[in-house]
Amino acid sequence: MADKILKKLNIVVWRQKDAKSKGRFETYAIENISQGSSFLEMLDILNNNLIEKGIEPIAFDHDCREGICGMCSLYINGHPHGPDTEVTTCQLHMRKFDEGDTITIEPWRSRAFPVIKDLIVNRSAFDQILQAGGYVSVNTGGVPDGNAIPVSHEDAEEAMDAAACIGCGTCVAACKNSSAMLFVSAKVSHLAKLPQGQVEAKNRARRMVAKMDELGFGGCTNTGACEAECPKSISISNIARLNREYLSARFSE
Amino acid sequence: MQNLDSKIPGGPLAEKWAKHKAAIRVVSPANKRKLEIIVVGTGLGGASAAASLAELGYNVKAFCYQDSPRRAHSIAAQGGINAAKNYRNDNDSVYRLFYDTIKGGDYRAREANVYRLAEVSPNIIDQCVAQGVPFAREYGGLLDTRSFGGVLVSRTFYARGQTGQQLLIGAYQALNRQIDQGNVKMYTRHEMLDLVVIDGKARGIIARDLVTGEVRRFGAHAVVIASGGYGNVFFLSTNAMGSNGSAAWQCYKKGAMFANPCYVQIHPTCIPVHGDQQSKLTLMSESLRNDGRVWVPKKKEDAEKLRQGKIRPNDIPAEDRDYYLERRYPSYGNLVPRDVASRAAKERCDAGFGVNSEGKAVFLDFSDAIKRLGRSVIEERYGNLFQMYEKITDVDPYQEPMQIYPAIHYCMGGTWVDYNLMTTIPGLYAIGEANFSDHGANRLGASALMQGLADGYFILPYTIGDYLAGEIMTPKTDTNAPEFVETENRVLSRLEKLMKVRGTKPVDYYHKALGHLVWEYIGMSRNEAGLKKAIQEIQSLRKEFWGNVKIPGELNNLNQELEKAGRLADFFDIAELMARDALNRKESCGGHFREESVTEDGEAKRNDEEFAYASVWEYSGEEKEPVLHREPLTFESIKLSQRSYK
Amino acid sequence: MSKFVFTSVGRKFMMSITGLFLLMFILVHLTVNLLMIFDDTGALYNQGAHFMVSNPVIRIVEPVLGLGFLIHIIWSLIITWENWRARPVRYKKATRSEATSWASRNMFILGGLVFVFLGIHLYNFYIKIKFTGSPLLEEVMVGDTNVHNTYLLVSTLFKESILYCALYIMGGILLGLHVTHGFWSAFQTIGFNNKQWLNRLQWVARIYAVLVAVGFSIIPLYFIIRF
Repeated sequence: MADKILKKLNIVVWRQKDAKSKGRFETYAIENISQGSSFLEMLDILNNNLIEKGIEPIAFDHDCREGICGMCSLYINGHPHGPDTEVTTCQLHMRKFDEGDTITIEPWRSRAFPVIKDLIVNRSAFDQILQAGGYVSVNTGGVPDGNAIPVSHEDAEEAMDAAACIGCGTCVAACKNSSAMLFVSAKVSHLAKLPQGQVEAKNRARRMVAKMDELGFGGCTNTGACEAECPKSISISNIARLNREYLSARFSE
Repeated sequence: MQNLDSKIPGGPLAEKWAKHKAAIRVVSPANKRKLEIIVVGTGLGGASAAASLAELGYNVKAFCYQDSPRRAHSIAAQGGINAAKNYRNDNDSVYRLFYDTIKGGDYRAREANVYRLAEVSPNIIDQCVAQGVPFAREYGGLLDTRSFGGVLVSRTFYARGQTGQQLLIGAYQALNRQIDQGNVKMYTRHEMLDLVVIDGKARGIIARDLVTGEVRRFGAHAVVIASGGYGNVFFLSTNAMGSNGSAAWQCYKKGAMFANPCYVQIHPTCIPVHGDQQSKLTLMSESLRNDGRVWVPKKKEDAEKLRQGKIRPNDIPAEDRDYYLERRYPSYGNLVPRDVASRAAKERCDAGFGVNSEGKAVFLDFSDAIKRLGRSVIEERYGNLFQMYEKITDVDPYQEPMQIYPAIHYCMGGTWVDYNLMTTIPGLYAIGEANFSDHGANRLGASALMQGLADGYFILPYTIGDYLAGEIMTPKTDTNAPEFVETENRVLSRLEKLMKVRGTKPVDYYHKALGHLVWEYIGMSRNEAGLKKAIQEIQSLRKEFWGNVKIPGELNNLNQELEKAGRLADFFDIAELMARDALNRKESCGGHFREESVTEDGEAKRNDEEFAYASVWEYSGEEKEPVLHREPLTFESIKLSQRSYK
Repeated sequence: MSKFVFTSVGRKFMMSITGLFLLMFILVHLTVNLLMIFDDTGALYNQGAHFMVSNPVIRIVEPVLGLGFLIHIIWSLIITWENWRARPVRYKKATRSEATSWASRNMFILGGLVFVFLGIHLYNFYIKIKFTGSPLLEEVMVGDTNVHNTYLLVSTLFKESILYCALYIMGGILLGLHVTHGFWSAFQTIGFNNKQWLNRLQWVARIYAVLVAVGFSIIPLYFIIRF
């Protein structure tokens, strides 16, 4: 079961010293990569080669490398998280590539996600959106028993489907408009489907959409690219629910 | 020597916490507004603590090295969270959860702390439900539970295979609410590099802004360390790449004693190492052992052929398979605790029966379960794990057995804390995996999430008040105090020293080398000679690192190599202390297995006469041997007995 | 509320509501047009056309329709501009996901082409009927009322120019493509959608789009083939 070795690959990668500098693409060759390696392991090796040559390594975000923390964020060969489906970059493996391939790696591109360095972007806009109401207003303590309010199996499952969002930003990166609607709708749906979150549902939708607009994301034109590229397959039906919640909030003003 | 007073309240076990809460001091709302608390780390412990403290009215500054608090590695926990709810009517109780945890920890945890943990566990579930955590529900709308390894009741609550993520999102949402209200100031992409102690009390931290490289001072009336464990000392681990022990380690160097560093948990079901290009190990949930059978070939020549890829596992007939867990532990079979399962796998592989090209893997086979239950049932139970396995290995586990091998997963050891979760530095607290208190020498599945949230939601917010009640007259910490300046200078000079080495080898090279050493000598099986050798080799490797590491880039810019180098520098020290601790503990208990202390049939043998204590290490300076203190463990409610899973 | 129409969801809401209105208009328009191919004397069509200009309801709706077009067009400009601004640096290598439809990604271009067609269309017929007049429009008797011979105006154009026929077929197809996405997208935007309905609406959208494209194309084709 020994994995095939890719003798040579060309890596075209965006290099940018810091937020203020102008960036450019650089091309590096890399040799002898096992197809069993993950994409980020390939980058680790490339980086160590660069260090040995005295070149500053490529900065990229990554942490858990298990596909769940949402930190990794590369736009590989025209796809966020690369050519495989339902995976994040850290779970993408080199067997998706062939001998001699040229692999183009870019950072997420969006006005709301400015580049910090090389392939690292600032996604704090997502945090800011969630801070604008993406929660249930309960303090610690003084809450009812977990079984006090029954929640139907279907509602719990649907809430879980939406809550599976890892906040990686793929939806924004994939969308031709850099829209964050799938991300926002996942949180609005997750909480709107549960009785605990229903109380504040309208206000939540109103505030989160306002924050999203303020931060410079584009608008949704329902192309569905977000759902197709989402590593957690979050459905765009959540966007319909967000629209519903938002419109009913605005019309009841 | 500092005073190791665990401050465990008197009285019957079940009344200790209530009595203690009644006795400790409380800060008035008006005074809370004047007090500042720093929380380092935003996992389950840190996020829940920061949110709860802010709700109480304290001014909180929270720090994480990731780009968002939601990324903390608590997110990776799959299986579930334990709570003594007894919703199943299966005779679960606070006492039973307490007992299971103490026994699972091989009688090396503090009774009072563990009992309190079990006591607050039901509140955690209530809290999380109220926050909107989408726990699995039964068709009647009530919460579903499942059972987990090593216990006889069904007390594990779960949210699909993403329980850790969902609980963390709950805590993160609570944290976001406090950030929104201005009660928490969140510092993302900031890494704590040192603790500032003024007049013997924790008064602030020095942190580096990882984007600009700027080293900054932050003052407070108390500091909470919630920075997780040091498992990355092994290089290859199931921890996140950035997980590190540095925050806790800097506190250790400032006087916060460190307990039981040799207690680390090796998880038996990880995807094996595939080659020398690997950076990270992925865990397969413990729940798989409910239906999977673990085996290796009976014949060495079959193992040999498997390693060379000449035959596939399905070519080996049933009679030539050695289901060694079922053979050795007939009553628990494949469901023995983690430490036992891990050691058994290592034993077979060391004996030459390993099944992958490296000879370091065993099979976890679902074919019998698929035959018995049908593929759809297996798919429903483990579908996401099977998919993950296939994405990583390109092998379909429905068709061919999974390959698994043990890997480092969790650190039971950590910063020593008293019953109030305060370290030996007044005003410095440690919670979650960062402290040592609740899991003894081995942690049970689904208990890490429970401990993190118990500490953050329900324990620290009470106990920290007792200390802060004495600080209400203390003005806002002046970050221009000489102690801040001095600590900042030390941090800067260490960073500059690292940058100035300008050697030839990248950080990863040394991290890998250290990882090999630690795995070899301080891993699953330890002996005196190996540990002594490890200490020497770690010291010489550290020396080489400081003389030859190559860190490109700049100090005043985002520099991931510099970040890694700083963490690795501390890992050398942590590894050395682990070895010292392991050397001192001449018994086998839980995750700590000393080859010198085994029963006649090769099982771990505990020595309660000599080692029923927590080893608490005190820093005594660079290049000096640390001082060992012993906190005796007294068991009033439980009778100590040798664990047996035969 | 005034700000609402400029929020991201509000902008789309405007597109959606006007779009749905235009979709209804297209159906009515198509129904009347199809009268042409059922009666070569043109009486049936002329009667229909007359009904459309004389009916008070239609006369009230007419300016609303104009406003609907105007809003749909202006808001599309705003949306496209805002969305374009949201990504100041483009990707070097952007592969659009195979899972998204070409029409959905190119609504502005499709809309723009439909707009150009609309201009020609209005010039050919609407302007002449409403304002300038044409010798072809001489009144004829249908039943007991005098009506403009709109049939003659339309049929003459199609009979005399293959180019115009091709243009109108093209217009029908462009409009069809535009509504394959526009139809279900409008429902999604007003929140009338969920996992089950997503698929159903997309199917209805396809059927509607084919109806529109074929329906509008069939008229010039009819004149090419028959005359």
